[in-house]
Amino acid sequence: MEVKQISVFVENKVGNLAEVAKVMSDAGISLHAISLADTKDFGVLRLLVDDTYNAANVLRDKGYIFSLTPVIAVATTDEPGSLYDILTIFDEADINLEYLYDVNTGKKDKVYIIFKVSDNVLAQNILKKKGVRIITQEEMSE
Amino acid sequence: MGNYFQPEIETASQEQIKEWQSERLVKQVKHVYDNVAMYRERMDEMGVKPEDIKGVEDLHKLPFTTKDDLREQYPYGLLAKPLSECVRIQSTSGTTGRRVVAFYTQHDIDLWDECCARAIVAAGGTNEDVVHVCYGYGLFTGGPGLNGGSHKVGSLTLPMSSGNTERQIQFMTDLGSTILCCTPSYAAYLAESIHERGVKDKIKLKAGIFGAEAWTEEMRHDIEEKLGIKAYDIYGLTEISGPGVSFECSEQTGMHVNEDHFIAEVINPKTGEVLPDGEKGELVFTSITKEAFPLLRYRTRDICILSRKKCSCGRTHVKMTKPLGRSDDMLIVKGVNVFPSQIETVLLNKGYAANYQIIVTRVNNSDNLEVQVEMTPEMFSDSVAEIEKNEKELVGALKAMLGIYADVKLVAPKSITRSEGKAVRVIDKRNLYQS
Repeated sequence: MEVKQISVFVENKVGNLAEVAKVMSDAGISLHAISLADTKDFGVLRLLVDDTYNAANVLRDKGYIFSLTPVIAVATTDEPGSLYDILTIFDEADINLEYLYDVNTGKKDKVYIIFKVSDNVLAQNILKKKGVRIITQEEMSE
Repeated sequence: MGNYFQPEIETASQEQIKEWQSERLVKQVKHVYDNVAMYRERMDEMGVKPEDIKGVEDLHKLPFTTKDDLREQYPYGLLAKPLSECVRIQSTSGTTGRRVVAFYTQHDIDLWDECCARAIVAAGGTNEDVVHVCYGYGLFTGGPGLNGGSHKVGSLTLPMSSGNTERQIQFMTDLGSTILCCTPSYAAYLAESIHERGVKDKIKLKAGIFGAEAWTEEMRHDIEEKLGIKAYDIYGLTEISGPGVSFECSEQTGMHVNEDHFIAEVINPKTGEVLPDGEKGELVFTSITKEAFPLLRYRTRDICILSRKKCSCGRTHVKMTKPLGRSDDMLIVKGVNVFPSQIETVLLNKGYAANYQIIVTRVNNSDNLEVQVEMTPEMFSDSVAEIEKNEKELVGALKAMLGIYADVKLVAPKSITRSEGKAVRVIDKRNLYQS
């Protein structure tokens, strides 16, 4: 049920981010979600794409350093309190949240939030129990 | 027209100096042959007996000593006196992390102090002066050397050690320091700080003795102007004793080698052939009066020119130029010796690839060391915190190895410049060596 995120090492240099985008574009890969965690010197670019296998191959060929990170994608609605509800579930279960970002689906009643947590299995079980809808890789691409 | 600490020695005729050198060299060779296995073995291999060395003209028959030898002989291999007669060690970094440890008898400390005293007096120092020493004290020879020299001159000595600029300036103004001893970059930094605080008119400095790192004439003029002093260069190395192996006089056109203690040669670094005065090559020293840690023909890796032209200061000892470069890859950063191999060792220990580049810059007269490391799949993590934690550990390990802070920058794989397949390890943007 986890979604495979591609995390790419990018040095903080003019044009480096554009280069990754171009590599993806040239390979005909569509980006569902993109998020950048940056420091003074480098960044970790996090991508959800329609064809993870192909994207990984292309990045490897181009000499990028990256890893595949399992993350949890959750479907929720774009209304006050929806994020708070999920975070409360994590809190109560003592699950540590490393980072999150959202994916705009273009529809008001559907927002995907991507979570990286300390324990994926536990987090998924509890979310399911609480009736939160977890998105699969296939659904992501729909 | 001179101020000398030991005029009879410093202005002796060149014949006299040669006579002293010959007599002391003969004695020294016998001393090391009898007491240091490495030298005895090397001389035996070369078929040279102590009796074959009759004077300085035979110096070229003796084996060289390299930094690698010091590393291999660590810690006691080159010790030529029983430990019971030694009173001190000083130490400097070696090529691959193992440090160089030099031993001193009281006699050795005395002669070292004397050499530093000559430098202080040449810079105008007397027993009326207040000598402000902000070289580091400890294993580094800078502080102890100038401290000892100042005692010999009879000056009031302020053993400030390095750092704490606020306190440096306070003592300088309150106690009226007249001679400043530190690295040129720290002198430049102090000068800036003094101006920023607007206390220039409370400073009584008249001279500075600056060494342990390369500095340009521009930097000298800058310091001289800002502090209103004369800035003198001093040269030395732990292996040979410490600062004061040579020092600048009023002419400021090179440093007089204390030839009654150290014989200087310049060689072709590739062939080992001795070059005539006036030719550029690698500087080699033989310590002819030291007891505990005497080295024969120690290759400094500093590229220099020796000159016996008559000096207006009246001193007769040979003059060496500021180092014009290195015949190895050693860097001097913030007065500290840094070998790329040390950095490589740390990187490999910490699980990074040996793809790295060292970038040295000097901003506002202060050195900055940056180590660029190529990211590897093994070191990469989706978590920025994890990467930064590893980065911090690396910075800590580099600090422990080098003794100075190095900024680590993680860069993309294959982004470090390679020329003809070989990585360019060091980019020194300081342009310190003038030819």
